[in-house]
This record gives sequence, structure tokens and C-alpha cells, in this order.
Amino acid sequence: MYKYDNYDQAMVDARVEEFRDQARRRLEGKLTEDQFKPLRLMNGLYLQLHAYMLRVAVPYGTLNGEQMHALADIADKYDRGYGHFTTRQNIQYNWIKLEDAGDILADLAKVEMHAIQTSGNCIRNISSDHFAGAAADELVDPRPYAEILRQWSSFHPEFSYLPRKFKIAVIASDTDRAAMRLHDIGIQIVRNEAGEIGAAFYVGGGMGRTPMVAPCIHDFVPLDQLVTYSEACLRVYNRYGRRDNKYKARIKILVHELGKEEYARQVEEEFAHMLEQGIEPPLAELERIKTYFADPAFKTDLPTEADRSDPEFALWMDRNTHPHKQAGYVSAVISLKPVGGIPGDASAEQMHLMAELAKEYSFDECRVMHTQNIVLPHVEIGRLHELWSKLEAAGLGTPNLDQIDDIIACPGLDYCSLANARSIPVAQKISKRFAETGKGDELGQLKLKISGCINACGHHHAGHIGILGVDRKGVENYQLLLGGSEAEDCSLGKITGPGFDEDGIVDAVEKATDVYLANREGSERFLDTYRRIGMDPFKEALYG
Amino acid sequence: MAEDFTSPDDVQFRFRDDETVAVPAVTVDSFIDQTNANAVRIEPGDDARDLLPHLDHIALVEVNFPAFGDGRGYSAARILREAGYEGELRAVGDVLVDQIAYMRRCGFDSFAPQKRLDEADVERALSHWPEVYQKTVDGRAPIWKLRHG
Amino acid sequence: MKILTGNDLKTGAVVWWDGQNWSLHVEDAVDVGDRAEEILGREEAARRVNASYAIDATRDEDGGVRPAHIKDRVRALGPTVRPDLTLKPAEPEALNWVI
Repeated sequence: MYKYDNYDQAMVDARVEEFRDQARRRLEGKLTEDQFKPLRLMNGLYLQLHAYMLRVAVPYGTLNGEQMHALADIADKYDRGYGHFTTRQNIQYNWIKLEDAGDILADLAKVEMHAIQTSGNCIRNISSDHFAGAAADELVDPRPYAEILRQWSSFHPEFSYLPRKFKIAVIASDTDRAAMRLHDIGIQIVRNEAGEIGAAFYVGGGMGRTPMVAPCIHDFVPLDQLVTYSEACLRVYNRYGRRDNKYKARIKILVHELGKEEYARQVEEEFAHMLEQGIEPPLAELERIKTYFADPAFKTDLPTEADRSDPEFALWMDRNTHPHKQAGYVSAVISLKPVGGIPGDASAEQMHLMAELAKEYSFDECRVMHTQNIVLPHVEIGRLHELWSKLEAAGLGTPNLDQIDDIIACPGLDYCSLANARSIPVAQKISKRFAETGKGDELGQLKLKISGCINACGHHHAGHIGILGVDRKGVENYQLLLGGSEAEDCSLGKITGPGFDEDGIVDAVEKATDVYLANREGSERFLDTYRRIGMDPFKEALYG
Repeated sequence: MAEDFTSPDDVQFRFRDDETVAVPAVTVDSFIDQTNANAVRIEPGDDARDLLPHLDHIALVEVNFPAFGDGRGYSAARILREAGYEGELRAVGDVLVDQIAYMRRCGFDSFAPQKRLDEADVERALSHWPEVYQKTVDGRAPIWKLRHG
Repeated sequence: MKILTGNDLKTGAVVWWDGQNWSLHVEDAVDVGDRAEEILGREEAARRVNASYAIDATRDEDGGVRPAHIKDRVRALGPTVRPDLTLKPAEPEALNWVI
């Protein structure tokens, strides 16, 4: 994985000192809260319901063991012994003191980590495929391109006060595991007919108040123009994105209002101009970065089968591993979704263990998934049982990847100052319900996603089943959505009808799954059945 | 409103040696209409490219930041510099310590903050970044250039 | 009653105006009547509180103070999904007060 050189390190160190100085000026009264807020947000520091919250960047979701250990140490030293992995592959801590924030950033910098641009109206941490560099189905490893863009977007002087936040995802496989088309810019690394590698740009996707699936505005940008084209996309947005209404300020609204052809035309015009400015790093820089993402020393002639005589292990292996490009290996998913647990939370102890397991079983690498689980990308099939036994012992062996209890949930009203309703208790009740009835095992792939407000950090629009928490006259209420997908078959869920209370929404989810089971044909997933039979049978069961 | 426009006395930081333009800047619209003006003021909604045909007789462009969070002025500044404008480029309005380094990188070379800034804080902010990742119009070699020559 | 709340600038801790100072406990909150703006202006300027605001609340029969909105009750107690991290870890029934 990528290693900082002296330049990268100096930039991160400078940022730590800059933030210390800003915090000092805030505490001395030289900065008002209005002036300080965007500065602290650009360092990932929020003020939430109970304290400050710090969001630490995990660029394209990749971590080594030492970094995971450092995250655990921060949880112990500055927080309350745990952290929360987020839907953009980052980690956040809920109980941070402003006076400690500088020291935390300094601790992070020691392991080549930071909280730069994890919030604020700027280009956020760049996300990617959690199986990058491992997946059997990828064209190339997308992370070098994400790293090029990480450096370009860090402290960008023109794009640090955009109309609104700006999220970029980069993938390199036709299977979309990063919700690419629900980003402000989604980039898919592709091969054209001439056999060259380039980037397809999808611009103007997003969830939140006005969810949109990004249209493709350029199907092939050459790799030596990647930064320049991105710069053109951003400049058009910075100049013309709406600033009169916060809720209409994301680039999706601009692309929608202009139309994708007109937006693309303006970008082309700006791009032609930008090409003359010489702002693109040379391809040698891409090659330099690529060397850090070279394959680890995979063994050859490894066994490609595991002993499946233990049925619990066999189930976990079937559900929680993903095919690897190297024979004899798989990517293994560590579930942070135990039945009745808090989705995405991990204790310091668990983080330390995952760090050790990454070192021992996966060439010192792990990944954060946008579904709030952790991946060990390169595990020998012959050692899977041993790994699984250790995970089981630590409560990390739940066999539920993409099952109904692998729920994405935002922190909701238990932690978040924007939330209207709690998300976590709903996730807990649903996972318990399906575990108790045993119905969960019959359902197959079913992605359930819960947000505690319209901002959609819990990706509710993109759930096969989505739940949106709203405030109805001071009481928590939950709307049900069906038919969303964040994957390559991207679609936005539709609301079934009137909302439910906390117990009612759990019943409603169960009823929706009953409709699926009664109508399923062959190996259809919930989503496929919904798409075939439509909303009416579900409405009938829910409200009839 | 003309009385809002800055005078040379309002300029707290200036990074050029030529004489400060003493005439008040006019709006983009009135500038386009009157051929003899040499100082113009860009508001966030203005298109900086409207000025490009006239750059050879402009000596001062003020870019107004009514609120520091509105970043359109950064693009306006870079567009002018990219087009070869060499006159004074002055940031006015809600200009604060923590934005000045970015403004310099986008081509601003003078600053007339509404509220005067602590000079030591500004000096520290301007000298803070050891290197830069992007090539802009400030002439600094980006890190990729340093890596590959 | 009208009560005042906010966060401690340095620690971020949730605090409530007790008439003299900022307390960690909502039970200490006092009714400020129509003086909210004056007190908050003064306290924010002195940086004794951050992100402060006034809310409606009622007084319980046992003398406790109950913020009108669930969000402020969550703030007053702590996350309902981690009773061990709330201000009343030994009283699981306190969660019912939030909801």
C-alpha cells in the first residue's frame, strides 16, 4: 500500500500544526465559532450530541496493521474505548475534546494518517472498492488513481470553499462495490476498444434530500488527463453550483438543472482551457504510486479448497469470503454486525485483534467497507478455518455479509445532531427479530440500510429495503422504502406509504420479506422479485 | 454602491511593488460600458471571463468576498491569472487569516480585509505550507514536479 | 419553562445553565424566562459555552427537568444504545425517560 515520502509527511505534519494554531486562536477568542467551524470541519472535527466527534480519513479504505493499532490506541487514550466505521470507509470517535484534537492528529500523522477534509464543503476522502487489488473481477487496482486524486484534492486552494461537500469514488470493476454512481463524481477505470486504460466519469449522483443516480458525462478520459478533467468538473461546479439554498447546493442539482449535456459541454470547454495550464502530474507519478500497490508476495500452488466439515465454518466461508484474483486466496470479511449489536462499532480490543490478524493472515493489510465491515483482502484458503476460529472467539465471526442483518445504520439520534430519529435501536431490533425467527437464513442477499434523517448517511435510498427515520411531531417515525441498490444495477428506493413507529417498522420489514418469500421465483433476490412484481403486493401486505 | 469600494488605505497586505491604483473600482457591467476605467470589482455572481478582452488596460481587479464561505472568488482569480492578467488582484470583504494562503495560491496579491487582521497570524499562515500538491498560478512547483523534475 | 443548553468549548461536554454556571446535569437547569438571549450572548462572548440555545422544558413531579424534545433528552442522558456511557449507567430505567 501507499507509503508517504518526505513531502507527504511534511504536508500532514504542517496540517497538524496549522490546526493546533487554529484551535488556539479559537480558545483565545480570535476566531468566532462561525469562523472556526469550517476550519475544524476540514479536519474532521464536528460538534455532535454529546461531545466533539472526530472523523479520521481512511483513504480508499486501506489500512495496515500498525494504523489499525493506532486507531485502537486513540479510542483508548482519547475516547471511550471504541470507534465507529462509517459508510464512507472512515472511522469516527464520539467523545473527543477540542483540547485533545491536535494531539490526536499528531498521533495519526506518526502512522501516515490524518483527518484532512473528512468534512466541510471541500473534496472529501476518496473512497474505492474494498476488494481493490484482490478481486478476481477487477480490471486494475483502482487505488493508484484514487491516490493521485487524494494528493490533488488535498488543500486544493480553489476548491476548499465549494457550494457544498464533494465526494469522489473510484472503482475498476464492472461490479460496483463502492456506490460509485451515488457520488458527486464516480470514476470507473475502464479499457477502451483500442485496449488503453482510461477513466469513465459519472457526475452528479448522491443521496440525501434529492437522491440522484449519476449520469456518465465522459466515457473515456485518458489517464494523463485525469486530474485536469477532474479540475474542470470542479471549476464548473465551484462557479455555478447553487449557493442560495444549502439543500440545492450539491453538484447533482447543477447537473440536473443544466442537463447532463450542457454540464458536460461546459466541462469540455473548461477542460480544453485547463489542458493548456500544465496542471497534470506526469505519468511517471502514476507509475511511482502504482509501485506501492504491487501485489504482495503471493504463494503459488496453494490448496484451493478448505476443509468444510464444520458446518458453521462452511456457512461463514460461503457468506463472508470473496473470490480472489490469485488462486489459493480469498478476501475475508470480518462482520461488525453481531446480532443485536451496533453496526460498524468496534472496541479498541477488537481493533487491536483485527490489526494482528491483518499482519498474520493478510500481508499486513485490511480494508474498511462502506457497509461498515472490515476486509482482510488476501487470506490463504488453507488458513481460513484458523482465522475464522479466532474471529469467532472475539465475536467477529458473524456469517452475515449482505444478509438482512448486515445492516448499514448511521449513528442516528443516539449520537448525531442532525438526526431526527434513532437508527441503531431499529437495526438491533431487526437483526434480533430475524435471528429469533430463523427467517434471516431463508432470505439470501438482502441489503437493508437505515438513516436517521434525510441526509441519508445510512444510504436508505440504496437499500433493497431502506428505512428513513423522521420526526413526526416530536415522536420518532420510520418510513419504509423498497427497491434501491447502490451497486452496478443502481436504483433509488421508493417509499411504501405512511410511516411506522419503532416496533411497527420491524413488523413491516418482516411483512415485506414474507411477500418476497411467497413470490420468489428460482434464485431471485429480494430486489429482483420486487422489480418483477412491483410495489403493489408489498403495499397490500403492509397496509391492506 | 461606490462608497463600499476600497481605497488604497484599506489595503492591509500587498505583495507587489508598483504604485497602488487610486481610482475606485467599478462594477463589471459599468466597466464593460465605459472604455476609460482601469479598475474593476468582481462580485461572486460575475463572470470573470467577461473581462478577458479588456485585460490589457486593467490595472486593478478587486474580488469581493461578502462571506468567506463563498468560494467563487478563488476561481475568478485563477481565471484572470491563467489568462495572463498581471495587474493587481485584490481580495476584499470577509477576508480572514485562514483563507489568505489559499488566496495567494489562486493569484491574489493584495488584501483589503473588512476587519484588520493580526499581522503575525497572517505571516505565519502565509509561510506555513512547506510545499504544495497542485500546480496553480502562483509559480510554485508542485510536489509531483519536485519528485520527477 | 425555558432552559439553556450548549456544549463546553474545550471538552464539548453537554452543559445546562444553572443560574450561575454551566452544569453537566439537566436537573440543575433553571427557568430563565425571557432572559435567554441576554445570558447566551454574554456566555458565548466569554467563551464559557459553545453552540448554545434555549429550549422548552417541563418540571417533573419529582422536581427533575425534562427537555421537551427527544434530542435534548438524549443529550441530557447519553446514547440510549450504550447505557454504560450515559450519565446514569446504574439506572437502566433512565432510558425510559428519554423515550
